[in-house]
Amino acid sequence: MSYLLSQPGEVLTLLLQHLRMTGISLGIAIAVAVPLALLVSRLRWLSVPVLGSLGVLYTIPSLALIIFLVPLFGLNATSVIVAMVLYTQVILVRNLTVGLAGINPAVLEAARGMGMSISQRWWRVQVPLVLPVFLAGVRIAAIVAIAIATIGAKFNAGGLGKLLFDGIQTNRYDKIVAGAIAVAVLAFVINGLLLALEHYAQPQRRLKQE
Amino acid sequence: MGTIQFDDVSLRFAGGARPAVNRVTCQVNSGEIVVILGPSGCGKTTLLKMVNRLYEPTGGNIFLDGVNIRKIKATKLRQQIGYVIQQSGLFPHMTVADNVAVVPKLLGWGKPQIQARIDELLELVKLPPGEFRDRYPAQLSGGQQQRVGIARALAGNPGIMLMDEPFGAIDAITRTALQDEILRLQGQLKKTILFVSHDVEEALRLADRILVMRLGEVVQFDTPFNLLTQPADEFVYNLLGADDMVRQLGLLRVGAAMMALPPNYSNGHNPTLSHLDSLRDALSLILKTGAPALTVLEEGNPVGLLTLDHIRESAVAGNGR
Repeated sequence: MSYLLSQPGEVLTLLLQHLRMTGISLGIAIAVAVPLALLVSRLRWLSVPVLGSLGVLYTIPSLALIIFLVPLFGLNATSVIVAMVLYTQVILVRNLTVGLAGINPAVLEAARGMGMSISQRWWRVQVPLVLPVFLAGVRIAAIVAIAIATIGAKFNAGGLGKLLFDGIQTNRYDKIVAGAIAVAVLAFVINGLLLALEHYAQPQRRLKQE
Repeated sequence: MGTIQFDDVSLRFAGGARPAVNRVTCQVNSGEIVVILGPSGCGKTTLLKMVNRLYEPTGGNIFLDGVNIRKIKATKLRQQIGYVIQQSGLFPHMTVADNVAVVPKLLGWGKPQIQARIDELLELVKLPPGEFRDRYPAQLSGGQQQRVGIARALAGNPGIMLMDEPFGAIDAITRTALQDEILRLQGQLKKTILFVSHDVEEALRLADRILVMRLGEVVQFDTPFNLLTQPADEFVYNLLGADDMVRQLGLLRVGAAMMALPPNYSNGHNPTLSHLDSLRDALSLILKTGAPALTVLEEGNPVGLLTLDHIRESAVAGNGR
């Protein structure tokens, strides 16, 4: 705790690095996952091979995966970001395909039967209905990304992990504690923000709880 | 406004052993309720869904008021046809008002017009707008959801309504209430209604004419009474339970079976009923009260007498309508 208070500048720099890595990787991950999930929803037979291989990818320890990527992308943040994108794919793609498949077929038939075009059905019916499920996936992906970004410090990517690894190397408990607290607080705050967004995206459920 | 013509319409799904709908030719007149009746797999829903082009026929043509529907853009056609399905298919993320507003919005109506239409329709289906406008479908009972489904289908003021087993998943009491509702609305609105059902009682209650289907083909297309008294074959006879005398009596009017008031008629202690009631009602009134005769009223004035003999004669003759 004392380190957090005595070195706020350094902690803030590391926090911003951490956030930047997480943000970039989530952005790329979503940009990849949405078309992939749409493809899988369209071509059902792709579901098993795609989700299967993404699942296998998820079981590789993050440390090992990043080491595999270093020869390709160098010993820097890029390798870590690529690993984060790969890890979060399974969460995002699965949530989105499950969400799309979970929409009551009667609702889609009604939308079609009432004369909505394909794009109207997508924006007025499918997107709002799938959004809460998708955001839940983004939330979990964000937490996973924050965790992996911590390991990134080992690979020259900076971030709050630096405090932890430096602390371990130099036997500085105050640094370890500061790093741990900072990462935990970050995860909690991001989780809370995305949860609020998720809540906001489903008016019908919000109302039911009142 | 609202004639539907099927001209030699067929649909064979890819890989289907036989056509789901096979060479159907018939005409549904404007302002008529036609119930398509048949066992599951007979092609009744398929036939219905070809009218708003959810399915495209592989043979033949369908005309709405003389216009071939292939010549109308599918989305445009659908916006002009009311569509009600089983389980209502309401949009769960929209309020009742927003659900009803979907088609008017697609049609590009102005905001005040849409708001007025929402209130008008909710009043029409007996859901007070003040109470129901801002609710979500999950907060409604099954019967209320289906009322919203009907209001939503009526929103664009279509001449034609397609109803695909709309009350199939609803309990018997609510279903009867909703059927009454349809008849009441139809009295006011005079739409052309094509209604798919596998429930014989429902078909007899609602239909001006019933289209009986089997294995993709039309077996018989006639009034409920003619189907009961002159079934085309064994299948129709069994499907409708045409041997059920009480069911037949339900379709016969008291006014057609009664005898005129005798000259020496003095207002006795006879139970009374309307000339529009069915002979089934009359029979049950006789059995309940034990009275030998009933006095038939027309607009409150006695116009005839009805006894058990009259009911029996009508049932045997089978032409009291």
